[in-house]
Amino acid sequence: MSSRSRLRPRDLAGLAGLGLRTRTLRAALSALGICIGIAAIVGVVGITQSSESSLLGQIDRLGTNLLTVQNGRSFNGAEATLPLSATAMIGHMPAVQHVSATALLAPAVYRSNLVPTFETGGIGARATDVSLLGTLDGSLVQGSFLNAATSRYPVAVLGFGAAQYLGIARLDAPTLVWIEHRSFVVIGILDRLPLAPEIDQSVLVGWPIAESALGFNGFPTRIYVRAATDQVVEVDSLLAPTANPQNPEQVAVSRPSDALAARLAVQSSSTTLILGVGAIALLVGGVGIANVMFVSVLERRTEIGLRRALGATRRHIAMQFLAESLLLSSIGGIVGVLSGLATTVFYAVIQGWAVLIPVAGMLAALMAAVVVGGAAGIYPAVRAAGMSPTDALRST
Amino acid sequence: MSEPTVELRDVVRRYPGQPPVESLRGVSLTIEAGELVGVVGPSGSGKTTLLHIMGTLDRATSGSVRIAGLDTTSMSDREVAGFRSMRLGFVFQQFYLIDGMSVVDNVAEGLLYRGIDVRTRRQFALAALERVGLAHRLAHRPSQLSGGERQRTAIARAIVGRPDLILADEPTGNLDSVSGAGIIALLRELHEAGATIAVITHNAELAGAMTRTVHLVDGRIADE
Repeated sequence: MSSRSRLRPRDLAGLAGLGLRTRTLRAALSALGICIGIAAIVGVVGITQSSESSLLGQIDRLGTNLLTVQNGRSFNGAEATLPLSATAMIGHMPAVQHVSATALLAPAVYRSNLVPTFETGGIGARATDVSLLGTLDGSLVQGSFLNAATSRYPVAVLGFGAAQYLGIARLDAPTLVWIEHRSFVVIGILDRLPLAPEIDQSVLVGWPIAESALGFNGFPTRIYVRAATDQVVEVDSLLAPTANPQNPEQVAVSRPSDALAARLAVQSSSTTLILGVGAIALLVGGVGIANVMFVSVLERRTEIGLRRALGATRRHIAMQFLAESLLLSSIGGIVGVLSGLATTVFYAVIQGWAVLIPVAGMLAALMAAVVVGGAAGIYPAVRAAGMSPTDALRST
Repeated sequence: MSEPTVELRDVVRRYPGQPPVESLRGVSLTIEAGELVGVVGPSGSGKTTLLHIMGTLDRATSGSVRIAGLDTTSMSDREVAGFRSMRLGFVFQQFYLIDGMSVVDNVAEGLLYRGIDVRTRRQFALAALERVGLAHRLAHRPSQLSGGERQRTAIARAIVGRPDLILADEPTGNLDSVSGAGIIALLRELHEAGATIAVITHNAELAGAMTRTVHLVDGRIADE
């Protein structure tokens, strides 16, 4: 006859749940810490990944081959002018697909001629080539863009932000804006241009009407260039000498998609921070579980003694309490993962992003929960196992 | 004739300290199979220590301890745990039932560390509960039972594995006289059915129901 004590794995699982069944509220509270930590980690990872994928998608859609050329900035912050020939010279570069010149005009834009002159609202007027829409790959919310004919007349196209500021949403009735005490008829409203936020905040007029009616001297201040995707770097390096051969060092060339890419980097650094906070929550949750397990071991002293009398080995006692700790942390981990996922889905849907389930993050978080639960349970389990049966059975 | 169920020779149990406390000072005791023995003595006489040593929960400092024909003094901790699960049944004054479990599961817990599957455990538990007259209380929680019923449940847990020796520590100590009398009658019934039982008590009524009484005074057996 075998005289060794045995405990079936299934029975061990039942024992692990014993403390939870008898003290449900306490178990729930102790698992809550783990739950919050895991939810934070999964939620942050999920939201960041969903947002990153949407940002990357945006960058892909907008393209990384748009470049802007400026002649630096003058002392008062206004855009300085580029040579008259710059646009044509750039247009002759072989790898350049589109080029469009714009110029920031001195006069401000007003909704009516009754608005005080100092209330410009940061809305500037810009003269533009008719090719701008194609170069920026933009689209219109309302109306139409400038063409060779309308460029000669006092008509304007509003950037998205400018239209919002001016309170113009529809163009059913003839709508006017005022530039330099002259009225311009609004013929179109642009959609958002994430790669050219300055156009968003501008009112665009044709090059000829700017020269004839608004005292514009014809010098471009900002040129948009679409380069062949595989030669962006080369074009980037040649743009400054091409635009201003005399003073290439004054020319600033930038790649607006870099700004979006920088946003990715910022986002991932803040993610690290929040992940750190989540890890701390997890740690605190582990301490909470260790605490509860200690109390449980003390309270269940006589149960431990009884089990030793029924034939449990020290190992069986340790396994029972370790399993309970693991069960607590796993429940916390699973509930945490589910709440983190729910948060991710909820937030992504609100933001209109595609939901990205952070599978690796979820698995890592669950494993972290189990590791924390195991670590939290070890010492109480060893304490429970180390109790002498006679001490444990002593009444009072 | 088989070996005696309990065979203690000059058992000494000394607890280290300043000065060391000798709880048992050379106890020799033999209990044959099928006996119903009462160990009686004032508090501090070493009764509980004696029960713990017979139950392999405590170790003798010197002397030999043979239970059910096996020398338990040389066993490892794992071996005595296995020995308890197979050979011994315990009944305590405070019952020590587990509140989160039904009566039948509490009794089935007596077979847990034998590695028997839960359905078989419950079948045995059912039979044991019938023997103690609690077949109608299977699904109750211990907290829903009277004191006498709780002790019957604990006795059912002690006998469920058909142990060679049942050790009871003041089994009527927490009960009123009527419930206590019921427990005494139950122990006698078990004895008549062939169980070997050692009961520790200072209850005269309980001691009088035993087939044999051992008096323990200051860690020594005074007389029989």
